[in-house]
Amino acid sequence: MTKQITLTIDEKQVTVPQGTLVVDAAKKIGIDIPVFCYHPKMEPVGMCRMCLVEVGRPVIDRTTGQAVLEADGTPKVQFGPKLETACTLPVSEGMVVVGMSDKVKAARKDVVEFLLTSHPLDCPVCDKGGECPLQNLTMAHGVGESRFNYDEKMHLAKHVPLGELIFLDRERCIQCGRCVRFQAEVVDDPVIGFYQRGRAIQIATFSEPGFDSYFSGNTTDICPVGALTTADFRFGARPWEMRATASICAQCPVGCNITFNIRREAKSDGEIVIKRTMPRQNEQVNETWICDKGRFAYHFTEGKERLTAPLIRRGDDLTPVSWDEAIEFVAQALRDAGSDLLTLASGRLSNEDLFNLRSLSDAFNGKTALYTHMAGGDLTAQVGVGQGTNFADLGAGSVILVVASDLEEEAPIWWLRVKQAAERGATLIVANPRPTKTDRYASQKIRYAYGNEAATVLAMINALSAKRPELPGKVQATAEIKNAAETIKNAENVIALFGSEGLGLEGSAALAQACANLLLVTNHTGRANNGLIGVWPRANEQGAWDMGLRPAADLKAALAAAKMVYVAAADPLGDDPALAATLGEVPFMVVQELYLTETAKLADVVLPALPFTEREGSFTSGERRVQRFYPAVLPRPQARPDYAITGEIARKAGVDAETDSAARVMGRIAASLPDYAGIHYRRLAQVQEQWPIVGRGDLYYGGTGYENKQGLGVQLAPAAQQGQAPALTWPQVAEIAVPEGSLLAVPVTVLYDQGITVSTSPLLQTRIPQPYLTVCPAEAQRLNAEAGDLVQVSLGEQAVKVTLRVDENIPAGVALAPRSLGLPIFAPAAIQVRVAQKATV
Amino acid sequence: MTEIKQYVLLRHRDVPGLDQLDVYRQEGGFAAFQQAVTAMQPGQVTDVVKASGLRGRGGAGFPTGMKWSFIDNNNWPHYVVANADESEPGTFKDREIMEKNPFQFLEGLALCCYAVQANAAYIYLRGEFWQQAHFLDAKIAEMEAAGLLGEHLFGTEYSLRIYTHLGAGAYICGEETALLESLEGKLGQPRLRPPFPPSFGLYGKPTIVNNVETLANLPLILEKGAAWYRTYGTDKSPGVKIFSLSGKVNKPGNYELPLGTTFRQLIFQHGGGLPEGRQIKAIMPAGASSSLIVATEQALDTPMDYESVPSVGAQLGSASVIVIDDSVNVAWLINKTMHFFKHESCGKCTPCRDGTYWMMHLAERIAGGEASWADVELLREVAGQVKGKCFCALGEFSIEAVLSSIERFPADFEQITHKEA
Amino acid sequence: MTSLAEQYADEVQAILAKYPPEQKRSAVMPLLALVQRRDGFVSKAALQEVAQMCGITSTETASIVGFYTLYHDEKKGTYRIQVCTDLCCALRGADEFLHKLCEALGIPVGGTTPDGKITVEAVMCLAACDKAPMFQVQALGSVHHDGLEYHENQTVESALRLIEELRQK
Ligand SMILES: Cc1cc2nc3c(=O)[nH]c(=O)nc-3n(C[C@H](O)[C@H](O)[C@H](O)COP(=O)(O)O)c2cc1C
Ligand code: SF4
Ligand code: FES
Repeated sequence: MTKQITLTIDEKQVTVPQGTLVVDAAKKIGIDIPVFCYHPKMEPVGMCRMCLVEVGRPVIDRTTGQAVLEADGTPKVQFGPKLETACTLPVSEGMVVVGMSDKVKAARKDVVEFLLTSHPLDCPVCDKGGECPLQNLTMAHGVGESRFNYDEKMHLAKHVPLGELIFLDRERCIQCGRCVRFQAEVVDDPVIGFYQRGRAIQIATFSEPGFDSYFSGNTTDICPVGALTTADFRFGARPWEMRATASICAQCPVGCNITFNIRREAKSDGEIVIKRTMPRQNEQVNETWICDKGRFAYHFTEGKERLTAPLIRRGDDLTPVSWDEAIEFVAQALRDAGSDLLTLASGRLSNEDLFNLRSLSDAFNGKTALYTHMAGGDLTAQVGVGQGTNFADLGAGSVILVVASDLEEEAPIWWLRVKQAAERGATLIVANPRPTKTDRYASQKIRYAYGNEAATVLAMINALSAKRPELPGKVQATAEIKNAAETIKNAENVIALFGSEGLGLEGSAALAQACANLLLVTNHTGRANNGLIGVWPRANEQGAWDMGLRPAADLKAALAAAKMVYVAAADPLGDDPALAATLGEVPFMVVQELYLTETAKLADVVLPALPFTEREGSFTSGERRVQRFYPAVLPRPQARPDYAITGEIARKAGVDAETDSAARVMGRIAASLPDYAGIHYRRLAQVQEQWPIVGRGDLYYGGTGYENKQGLGVQLAPAAQQGQAPALTWPQVAEIAVPEGSLLAVPVTVLYDQGITVSTSPLLQTRIPQPYLTVCPAEAQRLNAEAGDLVQVSLGEQAVKVTLRVDENIPAGVALAPRSLGLPIFAPAAIQVRVAQKATV
Repeated sequence: MTEIKQYVLLRHRDVPGLDQLDVYRQEGGFAAFQQAVTAMQPGQVTDVVKASGLRGRGGAGFPTGMKWSFIDNNNWPHYVVANADESEPGTFKDREIMEKNPFQFLEGLALCCYAVQANAAYIYLRGEFWQQAHFLDAKIAEMEAAGLLGEHLFGTEYSLRIYTHLGAGAYICGEETALLESLEGKLGQPRLRPPFPPSFGLYGKPTIVNNVETLANLPLILEKGAAWYRTYGTDKSPGVKIFSLSGKVNKPGNYELPLGTTFRQLIFQHGGGLPEGRQIKAIMPAGASSSLIVATEQALDTPMDYESVPSVGAQLGSASVIVIDDSVNVAWLINKTMHFFKHESCGKCTPCRDGTYWMMHLAERIAGGEASWADVELLREVAGQVKGKCFCALGEFSIEAVLSSIERFPADFEQITHKEA
Repeated sequence: MTSLAEQYADEVQAILAKYPPEQKRSAVMPLLALVQRRDGFVSKAALQEVAQMCGITSTETASIVGFYTLYHDEKKGTYRIQVCTDLCCALRGADEFLHKLCEALGIPVGGTTPDGKITVEAVMCLAACDKAPMFQVQALGSVHHDGLEYHENQTVESALRLIEELRQK
């Protein structure tokens, strides 16, 4: 237990743990000491001098060590001659802090005046106007008139693009360094910095591309003036014109809580539109941060190409029809197909959508398939992290194992949370075939060859346990593996995250099982801060598993065998052109989508669905936290929520289903799935006070991220926490044969890919790379190729041309094939590569 | 007041060729270091320095031995950094020591290292001291060759390496924490304190930062003893000090004198007084960071030591004495100092960054005869606004000359400003 | 382009050897000085080169270039004549010296002679206050001469003589 300290701030007493800063102690009792450079999530620097206060300390008699008392018996307090910065000052017993005296007020006035001497005062055209700490503090403390000679003002560039996403107004910058420190300290991408010094000091970036960080947007939230703005919100709206609607980011399994700011505007034909995405505080999920993908990828909802009416194939054409006709048509097809139905859906859908879809399929004894390249969601339901898990609680004594994942690319905010845990003293063990940014914080690193993911984890078990699984001969229990196994065994808490670096379905299934076994053998399941997490490719992939969907081991065969295929939120043909023939042969195909995808173009019926921005629903995050999202903008008139479409069809086909509201579907889920028992929408909407306090009147403290008033969600208990320990089964480890002269292509995930929500967001498009393949320098030499050359990649019958990249961190014999970037490689596969066209220098 | 018969720091003025290792050793050089390493406990070295009463010559005058005793012995390794940034306008003493008496400085540095058990030391030189750095590199190499630096010194377990490191033009890097940041390859901006360098210094390790002149005192203190050293100077400011004399004097230069020598003695006796026909008007005893002392007879007779100078409204600081004569309007002078501080403000804290910029503009207009008395008032107010709010002493230094000039030489401003419109 | 590490192998080695192996960042300042000796200024490409050697980003390296006055992000004269015009030197006529020198060369303060060899600029105190007027010469991208050299107790004539010598190099 940390020692508690009692002090007095502006005549109010407060007791806080030792080490608390005066500024935070004040905040806890509702006293706002103004700050610019201080941010509760970063180390204090004491630069801006805005938080100056008078500080008195009890006088101690040197000889007795006792406090000297006043005549009235109260401790004598002595005030120092100089003001002190509340943001850097730790509390001490008996301290008296005065923030309301004339001396302090004068100091605040002085500091604000200094900041304004070179400020452009262009509030009328500033995006921050209305939510600007400088503006507010000027109102509170500023002088009425300028004493600074206007001609002597520092004039600086006002529209400086720091790359495509973030703009800088140098005149507005008050040099508080929050952005620079966020990038360096919080996310370890020191790609913006100070340039020059003194009054000329300014923010600059020299990275390529500019401001090259997945977290850059957060700097615009914590910038206390309008110096940093996002390229899409800039000059877009005034903060007070917008309303805030709560949502959950749909881009990855972290489930960051977000707020969409919306407004009705003339330039969008009087429609209500999303103007920006902001973080919404959830200290157990994303704190007050989000990544740039989550911030900028909402633009897909605005797409002009969105589907607006149900379509039915008439000859070669898809013709708009009424909903009644479409539903009747599909219901009839269902009755005809019976058990030869295959529904294929992805974790982009909500729990409610997937539940209704599965109910429909089950009613006809159809098959369901989860469209994914990753397996293991059944195991995370059993030995996933226990209820009450919070990365923020991990520190010394805890181990985080990250296997086969480039975590920052796959789930940026988890990367951040894991990094912070490591900084607090948690032992981070990273097992990956090549170095990634996660390695920077790893205390143990294990390198294995692609293909040996599961075997490497099994080797850890072998190092510890009598229950020895079979291992392929080539996997050696190295000293690193033994050491990691020991560390895991002896740890108080262990969380294992497994990703899909270099893995397809089969490989990830084996890896998930191996990781589950490791946790079971070392007794790290069934309680908070222990268990397994899948770094899923989609936001609600865990929910999809929970709703009972499973990947098809052989998707092509399953498609070929079906009489009717019902596809929702998936584009198998777009991802893999080789499926064209198979899909072309499907007797009847329904596609429920946002856009007319390649698959939809082949469908018999296309049903326009609503994205998560226009409807209600819930996602289950990778940590199995069920969280609600709310409609942000009005739905496109003809489109409907997926659950409602499927529900209507079910009813038409004579199956009982909920269609009226997502909440009612959740009622059914809770009634039929034991893990979801007791979950209902009101419970998901519950909140409690969080620290640090953000989003109140004092915008300067935590940034402009939103306070969470709409729900922190509910974390589910895995089976292991409910007293059911799954049995150990040992996965088979298959080897991939690579013929002489071929390379082993391994799929890897990159954050910005050609997924439908990214490629339709104009801003992020600039960051999506051209299709490419990466090899090591030696392999490039063998191919007689150089970085930048166009190479032809042959995989079976298919051939694709992509750009070659060279990276010395990649093992020989291997080629990295980024997913969703033009290469149809979903699992490790042998490929041939040859130069198609030399790069022109 | 004791006269210096033999130099303590500027011994090269007595002994030709003292920058040669053999000459330096013939003069007894490195005996103190050898004696310390082979026959003294580290703490004993610190005790001698404490007893000598030596105070830091970098400006703050902090007792050197006491600083050493703060070193955190629970955290290793330790480092010593010699502050050779010497960028205060009017200061040029460390340069002469390094150029002419390099071994005495290096031996002092080595003694400090032994006292705090550091095995590595850096000399941080301002970037302009490029030649001095190369010269010191050569001297360090000679010491290594002679077994005075390296492993197992004098057959003991003690080892020591000394490295030079060049800055690149930033006055703030003289401030010890900014210096450490700079040495770590970062912006030269000061650190939040506490923790202080003896507990959290270079690379986060306990570090002693001492000025070149401070260190150059050590060999003779160790050789001749604390009592000998105390025969110079005053009780509270013992020892000798190099006064860098510049400005309107006939013989500018470095003068090594006991602390407590009066301004009059320095300026008139040693510095040869002012050029023909000129009257002394003001004295800046601590370079550009100094308040202006009105050069009254009483002020001229004030002893230059850490305690006495404040009685005439200034600090001794680095003892860089700038002489101002009656031809100078102090408005011109503060325009110069404000340009300096505006140029050198690191930009970290608001009052210094924006205050120096504002004051520079005001001072420029005033000096250019384009300002009214209200501007002078404003300048004084702005300086008052900066006061006591800065992150480090640079910002606080910047207002010393401004406030003292306006207060003590109002006539100069009256003369140069135009009447209110 | 040959890399810094190849072209100045010995110097680079010596620089890196000064700091603990895990503190390579400390080498950024001396390495930048070396780059200036080679190129005359710090180009974007050089930023990246030095950044890589020190294990930091180009932006962090650029911050160093921007902060310290002896680094230059643009090319000017091969020899930068930097006259101290700070308080003490000014009390001894440095301002007048600077202006006369520039006049004689036909350039403004901060300007460069048409042959691209000489830039004359004013700088802050150089710790030579007793020997004003004085200046330092920063030689940049010059194979004949590198680093910095002080020239003290100068007159316009002596300065012009020196400039002629530099031009001949
Ligand atoms: C703005 C500023 C500039 C300074 N410049 C120098 C300097 O050039 N040389 C120096 O030795 N100390 C300088 N100091 C003082 C150092 O911070 C530090 O006190 C000194 O190096 C300690 O050594 P000492 O105890 O031997 O004096 C400066 C301080 C400040 C605030
Ligand atoms: S980390 Fe994932 S959930 Fe969070 S904002 Fe980024 S993409 Fe969205
Ligand atoms: S003022 Fe010029 S060298 Fe000092």
